[in-house]
Amino acid sequence: MNRHLLSMLDVDADDITRILDTAESFREVGSRVIKKVPALRGRTVVNLFYENSTRTRISFELAAKRLSADVINFTTSGSSVSKGESLKDTALTLQAMGADAVVIRHSSSGAPLHLTRWVHGHVLNAGDGTHEHPTQALLDLYTMREKLGRLDGLRVAIVGDVLHSRVARSLSFGLVTMGAEVTLVGPPTLIPPDASAWGVDVSYDIDGVVPKLDVCYMLRVQTERQRLEYFPSVREYARLFGLTDRRVEMLPEGALIMHPGPMNRGVEIGSDVADLPQSVIEDQVTNGIAIRMALLYLLLGGTGGEEAP
Amino acid sequence: MTTDAPTAIVLRGGRLVDPRAGRDEVADVRIADGRISAVGVDVDRAGAQVLDVDGAVVTPGLVDLHAHLREPGYEHKETIATGSRAAAVGGYTAVAAMANTMPVADHAAIVHEIRDLASAAGLCEVFPVGAITKGLAGESLAEIGEMVEAGVRVFSDDGNPVPTARLLRNALTYAKAFGVEVVIADHAEDPSLVEGGQMHEGLASASLGLAGRPAEAEEIAVARDLAVTRMTGGRLHLCHLSTARSVELVRRAKDEGVRVTAEVTPHHLVFTDDDLRTYDTNLKMNPPVRSADDRDALRAGLVDGAIDAVATDHAPHAVEEKESEFDRSPPGTIGLETALAVIVTELVAPGAFDLSTAIVRLSCAPAQILGAHDHGGPVEPGRPAHLAVFDPGATWSVEPPFASRARNSAFIGRELRGRVIHTFLAGRATVSEGKATG
Repeated sequence: MNRHLLSMLDVDADDITRILDTAESFREVGSRVIKKVPALRGRTVVNLFYENSTRTRISFELAAKRLSADVINFTTSGSSVSKGESLKDTALTLQAMGADAVVIRHSSSGAPLHLTRWVHGHVLNAGDGTHEHPTQALLDLYTMREKLGRLDGLRVAIVGDVLHSRVARSLSFGLVTMGAEVTLVGPPTLIPPDASAWGVDVSYDIDGVVPKLDVCYMLRVQTERQRLEYFPSVREYARLFGLTDRRVEMLPEGALIMHPGPMNRGVEIGSDVADLPQSVIEDQVTNGIAIRMALLYLLLGGTGGEEAP
Repeated sequence: MTTDAPTAIVLRGGRLVDPRAGRDEVADVRIADGRISAVGVDVDRAGAQVLDVDGAVVTPGLVDLHAHLREPGYEHKETIATGSRAAAVGGYTAVAAMANTMPVADHAAIVHEIRDLASAAGLCEVFPVGAITKGLAGESLAEIGEMVEAGVRVFSDDGNPVPTARLLRNALTYAKAFGVEVVIADHAEDPSLVEGGQMHEGLASASLGLAGRPAEAEEIAVARDLAVTRMTGGRLHLCHLSTARSVELVRRAKDEGVRVTAEVTPHHLVFTDDDLRTYDTNLKMNPPVRSADDRDALRAGLVDGAIDAVATDHAPHAVEEKESEFDRSPPGTIGLETALAVIVTELVAPGAFDLSTAIVRLSCAPAQILGAHDHGGPVEPGRPAHLAVFDPGATWSVEPPFASRARNSAFIGRELRGRVIHTFLAGRATVSEGKATG
């Protein structure tokens, strides 16, 4: 594996399998009474979050703590960053403090790559702008493999605002690497014009796609996009591209419903759909901790002969 | 300019490439009292300092139609002195300074101030470009007549496209009033298609998660500008063309007799959107570097003359500005110190065109567009001695520091061929043995 995890294009199929297998062995830790192993004792993990994301930050924090690492949360409000400190100077500060790994969430695409120029530790991209969110993709791959037994040949639709979605990019790249058949579905204004070059299909007809799926993956719609003339109304979006009760019935037996959260119930996903048995949205959250443990463990190399449990 | 009377100098044994005189041959050039005093084989060397330039190329000094010298107002990025030094090191003797300073060069007083600062630096003749609209706001015309009286010949709101066809029509029409050729230069881009855009729209932008600036944004504006120029009979110059279809639109308009000229930057001739996969902010440009097909069409346009001139769009920025996140970084690269070498390396060495054509694009044509009639040759007795001497075979690696105050060069790390040895401004060396004298 590379020294950093910035993009799903940085990992090959063997890397992904290794990450998912490692996560498998860590998941059991979360069900113990004492949810902790000493693998990263004495190592320091910094969560550098330039965007509010309580869910992702907590997931990384729990993952690092369960590996016995020291965790520092560096959020932008109330810190030197809100006083105008640059990413570079913040990075140099973290470097001087001896961060072994930096988990970064940033509103600018490419910021994690820039960070690697200034810190010696490992950089994990926890979501950058409209670029990528690789740990989300890995936990999604983990969840699909866990529930369906394989990734190769799976038929997956990723539905919604692909243009602005870092989740859609990472997940598409990861699924294609693992041999899945991906269809991007959404209003044509929200599908990048050149997306088919990613090795995916593109469709604007969700009803034609749903009956053939193993996984229906819904993206969060940012209703503020509407103001930029991408689609006429939330109501029309929900009618044309939402996963409604009617469309759930068109899904094949055993197909999964997934969503990276947070959901807009009643917009991209019907009010009760998330609570159906086919929905594995809560499993995604649980698996997120195991995936992030696996990544920290693999990247930081679990020193001193400490083995994964 | 300095008042020191330069001694006579003879450049001996160089290859004189002087397209305006139709020369490409070995010839000596004698300079005295700031002017060319003799050209030919074995010119009189009596009382002159002799510089042996055997193996080097002697040409009219280069002329840049498009540089941001940042002064007044943004001296932390560049000053007229440091920008002039960068120009001299690159072989330039004349540079057009864009109007987006603070205050904006939209009235004669600023024009005089810029010229005074350039004279004090004495490294390069600076031709201030006047703003088309007051404060570059795109609303009402600046006092173009007063600036023409102050010697300005090119007007541009560069950075901002002229927002409406009506305003462009008025600018092109009004500029006909002065009995001298006044050029309206537009940064052609449809703003509504590029809002928030960070790079060329295509596969790379889709994968990198950076908002796109589609090629069509430029082509729409180029088509509009050409139509309005045809309608008014005005004189248009198009800044930094970046797409294949733009080149084709200009080529066709020229065939129809529309009074248009166009420029291309060295970076648009070299880089493509794929190069942005490292999120290198030094490759963030406006307009953006585009596809390989676009780049190749720009080269072809420069070769066949659809594009008249190479212009640097020298855009210095402070280190911390370029070290920011990609979407927060200002666009642009410095270019004065590398333009000649990029053209030699990328076009002359592979045989796309000869050195004489390169000098037309880098010196003669831009001098004419700019109304810089002392520059661009011919290198003949009595003419001001604005000259560049360079070694066309010398290879070097682009690395900071630069003569410019800035170091945001897209070319850092590249091996280039062609290095300036001497530059003469009115007979005085501004660069000697590769080093700026001031």
